[in-house]
Amino acid sequence: MSVLRKVTYRDAVREAIQDAMHRDASVFLMGEDVGRYGGAYGCSKGLLAEFGEDRIRDTPLAEAGFTGAGIGAALGGMRPIVEIMTVNFSLLALDQIVNTAAAIRHMSGGQFSVPLVIRMATGAGRQLAAQHSHSLENWYAHVPGIKVVAPATLADARGMLWTALQDPDPVVMFEHAMLYNDEGEIAAEGDLSMPIEGAAIRRPGTDCSIITYGGSLKKALAAAAELAGENFNCEVIDLRALRPLDGKTILASVEKTHRAVIVDEGWRTGSLAAEISALIMEGAFFALDAPVARVCSAEVPIPYARHLEISATPQVAGIITAVRGVLRR
Amino acid sequence: MTAFRMPSLGADMDEGTLVEWIKKPGDQLKRGDIIAVVETQKGAIEIEVFHDGVLEAIHVKTGSRVPVGEVLATIRTAEEPESAQPVPPEVVTQKPVYAPPAQVAAPFTPGLKITPAASSRAKELGIDVQSVFPGQDGIIGLKEIEVPSVPAKPKASRGINLDEMRNAIAAAMARSKREIPHYYVSSIIDMTAMMEWLATENARRTVSDRLLAAVPIIKACALGLQQVPELNGHFLDDRPLRIAEVKMGIGIALRGGGLIAPALALPDRLSLTEIMQRLSDLVARVRGGRLRSSELTEATVTLSNLGDNSADMVLPVIYPPQVAIIGVGQIDARPWVVDGTLASRKIATFAVAGDHRANDGRSAARFLRLLGEILQKPEML
Repeated sequence: MSVLRKVTYRDAVREAIQDAMHRDASVFLMGEDVGRYGGAYGCSKGLLAEFGEDRIRDTPLAEAGFTGAGIGAALGGMRPIVEIMTVNFSLLALDQIVNTAAAIRHMSGGQFSVPLVIRMATGAGRQLAAQHSHSLENWYAHVPGIKVVAPATLADARGMLWTALQDPDPVVMFEHAMLYNDEGEIAAEGDLSMPIEGAAIRRPGTDCSIITYGGSLKKALAAAAELAGENFNCEVIDLRALRPLDGKTILASVEKTHRAVIVDEGWRTGSLAAEISALIMEGAFFALDAPVARVCSAEVPIPYARHLEISATPQVAGIITAVRGVLRR
Repeated sequence: MTAFRMPSLGADMDEGTLVEWIKKPGDQLKRGDIIAVVETQKGAIEIEVFHDGVLEAIHVKTGSRVPVGEVLATIRTAEEPESAQPVPPEVVTQKPVYAPPAQVAAPFTPGLKITPAASSRAKELGIDVQSVFPGQDGIIGLKEIEVPSVPAKPKASRGINLDEMRNAIAAAMARSKREIPHYYVSSIIDMTAMMEWLATENARRTVSDRLLAAVPIIKACALGLQQVPELNGHFLDDRPLRIAEVKMGIGIALRGGGLIAPALALPDRLSLTEIMQRLSDLVARVRGGRLRSSELTEATVTLSNLGDNSADMVLPVIYPPQVAIIGVGQIDARPWVVDGTLASRKIATFAVAGDHRANDGRSAARFLRLLGEILQKPEML
């Protein structure tokens, strides 16, 4: 029997970095405030003291610069972890990520690879207003040449980083800002690494597939728990990897349940939810017993005011309503 | 191949029970033939066909309760070659609410919403989706395919179930008052000349041929409507639809309560004797619960005559989708001014309830004036 221990999501992320740095001397962390401050979300607290300034590197507020440096280091044989404070700020590094990191293997005819992991926080819920709260995962999931993951559980937060570092290509990792304080249990010992591809069924069910990822997973599970009280048995799928999408798991689930509700904190228009909906239409049209429903963020920059922020983003009540809708109840 | 479907026999009908097949597969059919008998809230109705041809196959078993629009049978129309497949006899289904799959692809039914999953499942189970009741949202999904929403009722006895009749009237009249902006216009018409003429006329007829006062009134109304066509027709899809031919629904009360207003077709072209015969026939068949489908659906206007019961004035409720209804009060002697002198005359109050979406009070007033004029010359009828 495996021994469990209590950690927070933040602890799991920190442990994953710490573990990777112990296991591989070419791994280092750089980003804004990762050193002395311990990370904007506290994920690297104590690591500077443990590993020193060479491996825990505070950078200037220059996302394009330090992301580019990370790409260069990866090309040079290192295994860098670049932390960007939020996905909003990563737009400053978008040129480096899309035009360089994602493209260089293809443009060099396979001569170069960029084994880089870029971690960033995403999502709303902490009243950080429009410039710190968006969910732009879909922008990255659109781009061939990179992998995109969104650990939604403690085990994935602890286990995906090492696997991502082993990958020869850039991996962009999204940590939803509302997950860091989540507490739970993970295995105390053994191989904690987790795959960076493939979706996971977090709750099996037969009546409706709720497909989600990242920060919305716990909302989807809460909705499913409440719907279970009405005898609606929902299957909750955690995508885990946003690129490539695990179409097989999604389609198998929809074939079984005949209904799908996609919960995605991104804006509805051009969303990842739209992509998944199209995938279901292409692959499981004849299994559908209702149009695919989407629960997405309102098409506004995420507001600062708490009540507006809540009403602009997917919530449990909205998911329940959407599920009842596809169940026609 | 033509699908013969359960007809809607009025605004209030959503299903019927197939009680009898009059024709059997292989029978020659011509337009107007009675093919089957369907039990509805208005009693047993003889269903007519609208095509010449041969009855190819029957898809619904006797005793099945089926929704409006379901395919009851397929008819091979005159031009089509004989089917290569043997004509199946009346097919037995496990669940009487379902029909077995049609031998031919069912034509697309506009407005039928069925989910892809339900469609696939129906195919697997061999269920004809046309026979499935949609959910309250109008959609056929898996739950409608897998669990029939309306269990088949035991076969109803021939005749009229008065509770169901009351439900039918309730549904139609509630819809009428909910949807139709009624206006009312009435006029008192001097019926003395008409009643005197009728007495003379009846005196020379044998007892069985004598005319009811309703007969010249029906014809006079039909002639008047020919000149005020906006009162004759239907209101469908948010638009008034004028209909050239007058098919007059005649309100006929049932013993024990309720009423039916079957259509008497083209009274303006019939002699009074013919109208009387049709009227007697309709009354007998209404009370025996044996009307034809066309008689329940084709009325373009209705006449409600409560004169027998000493009602002075009748302000009736329009039967949707019609756009007008004429109410006739009793014909009785009253003091009346004729040429400046008080006289005893037989008068009656005629009222028109109109659908203000389709016509205006001015049309109704014009109709009543024309009707008054026509009724002064009964010998012309």
